[in-house]
Amino acid sequence: MKPVRKIHGLAVGLEMANVDTDQIVPARYLYRNRSEGFADTLFHDMRSDPQGCERDSFPLNAPEAEQATILVTLDNFGCGSSREHAVWALVDAGFQAVIAVSFGDIFRNNAHENGLLPVVLEEHEVMHLLQHVKSGPAKLTVDLETQRVRLPDGTCFSFDIDSAARENLLLGRSKIDATHSLMSTIDAFEEAYLGRHPWSE
Amino acid sequence: MTGSKTLFEKIWDAHAIRVSENGESLLYVDRHFIHDGTSQAFEKLELAGHGVRSPHKTFGTADHYVPTRNGLDGLTDPARRAMVLRLEEDAKRYDIRCFGFGHQHQGIVHVIGPELGLTLPGFLLVCGDSHTSTHGALGAFAFGVGASEVAHVLATQTIWQARPKTMRITLDGHAGVGVTAKDMILHIIGTIGAGGATGHVIEYAGSGIEALSMEGRLTLCNMSIEAGARAGLIAPDDKTAAYLKGKPFAPSGADWDHAVAHWQTLASDGDAAFDREVRIETDNISPTVTWGTSPEDAVPVTAAVPDPQGEPDAERRARMIRALDYMNLKPGTPMEAIAVDRVFIGSCTNSRIEDLRAAAEILKGRKTRIPAMVVPGSMIVKAAAEAEGLDRIFAKAGVEWRDPGCSMCVAMNGVDVVGPGERCASTSNRNFAGRQGRAARTHLMSPAMAAAAAVAGRIVDPRKPLPGGA
Ligand code: SF4
Repeated sequence: MKPVRKIHGLAVGLEMANVDTDQIVPARYLYRNRSEGFADTLFHDMRSDPQGCERDSFPLNAPEAEQATILVTLDNFGCGSSREHAVWALVDAGFQAVIAVSFGDIFRNNAHENGLLPVVLEEHEVMHLLQHVKSGPAKLTVDLETQRVRLPDGTCFSFDIDSAARENLLLGRSKIDATHSLMSTIDAFEEAYLGRHPWSE
Repeated sequence: MTGSKTLFEKIWDAHAIRVSENGESLLYVDRHFIHDGTSQAFEKLELAGHGVRSPHKTFGTADHYVPTRNGLDGLTDPARRAMVLRLEEDAKRYDIRCFGFGHQHQGIVHVIGPELGLTLPGFLLVCGDSHTSTHGALGAFAFGVGASEVAHVLATQTIWQARPKTMRITLDGHAGVGVTAKDMILHIIGTIGAGGATGHVIEYAGSGIEALSMEGRLTLCNMSIEAGARAGLIAPDDKTAAYLKGKPFAPSGADWDHAVAHWQTLASDGDAAFDREVRIETDNISPTVTWGTSPEDAVPVTAAVPDPQGEPDAERRARMIRALDYMNLKPGTPMEAIAVDRVFIGSCTNSRIEDLRAAAEILKGRKTRIPAMVVPGSMIVKAAAEAEGLDRIFAKAGVEWRDPGCSMCVAMNGVDVVGPGERCASTSNRNFAGRQGRAARTHLMSPAMAAAAAVAGRIVDPRKPLPGGA
């Protein structure tokens, strides 16, 4: 997993709330192997009509949006199913951060595990950013070290992030390796736990 | 009194191995379920070079991709068929018990866990599926995780979690005639919103909850995720123990007595504090149905499609307009005037025996006007329904009786799909755009309302008399 520090790139806006993971990746693509990639499935059914023609009105279809690395959206982004494919599709399409008013819990955890930075800002701050990208993708900086989002005109918004997630993102570390070093603690806990709850064995 | 704890806090504390400097807890996992969409987690595990630490604590079942008729031949697409078979291969390789296609215990993961006694009160339980919240109905802290976390649980039998906040939703009073657990949860989500419980674990309490059967409680907790909750929980009581007694994997003998004594200590202490409290009058809940593309778009079946012009919030208004456009509905149309093209009765929300009985009661002696299918939640539910003759009631009514699986809830098997532009009366849990098939339109409702819709060819109040019947 690539460490995340400072993302300086083009931001694109998706002015919608409750964008669920079925919208991010339709279920019919989930069977693919991870190595096959999911970039082409990202927002598939919002991006193109049932005949397969791209919808001009969809912001990610703007030619400059192809270079975008930051997505700005509203409330409850990534709600719904636990499919990690939603994060993979964003990562495979080049996104490094998603800025939203709020996230679905599982989506946020999945993002942390894949080097995708979920940034929560106040609604008026997100509206300001959406205004900034209204006429097309525009530059933005997201700095995880200082926990700030900066616009080219110097406007700055700070954000909070769970410190464990921050650390893992900065180090590009996945949890599984960190936990493995605690195996003897886990073994000891388990023995005591199963002593008290033998029916769990 | 200090030291008072909620049900959630008791379970959390009992499973906390350690707290990291940054406040996340490493939690012990009692039970882990996998399904036929888990192959990428195994890929990840292999990539990280780890094995499965405690294979006997993980159970697998095939549900998302399985066909629901004509056996495995019903699954024509090789890639999907491969997913069903991959589960069995992965499980075999790691010595994990698996109820694969055709097994007598196979079914939707959130149906089989409780009915096999694999889900127990006080357990910390995870599965790579968001509707894991279902299992909270038995008083287990159960939540959905992504593929990376599934790999983590397989490798370590633990999971890192930031402690969620607590929220109690109290439903006091009596549910009226025709008001089911499904109506209650749709009403709750309509009230608090699709993100209303984000970051929280909901405990459902009150006389309205105590009165619910285990099946009803499972339906309620199932859709906690549709309100954004991390999990849903109900304190275990005598009904819970009676439900579990004698289940194939439930404890027995001295272990049973020991377990039951422990379960009795789990309920929230009387003076335990919650971060948020919500009160809902059960008496005020009507049979409820959705009109839009978010589960929060829920209204009484007697109401009309709402008018976005009456919505003061601009963003919400825009979302409503988009939803109405997708659903091809006009504001002010009575819900009961909406014609539907097909009916799906099934999913981990409403595919248990009680759900099928409710549907059969309406369908008995009547005929359906539109295509309808009933997909039982598991092989056990299927056998029980057939023993009661429900399958014959469905067949006589012109309803297809299928084999267990997720089926049209998610349309992942590639054949149980709602066609583009078709309108489906569905007992499932998500009415997201495209959920049941590309450009498909979903109205969420209870099994009784869905059965009535099959007879009437439109959305109807299940309390009203339908023509015919026996
Ligand atoms: S029935 Fe639907 S919601 Fe339930 S596990 Fe299957 S796909 Fe998910």
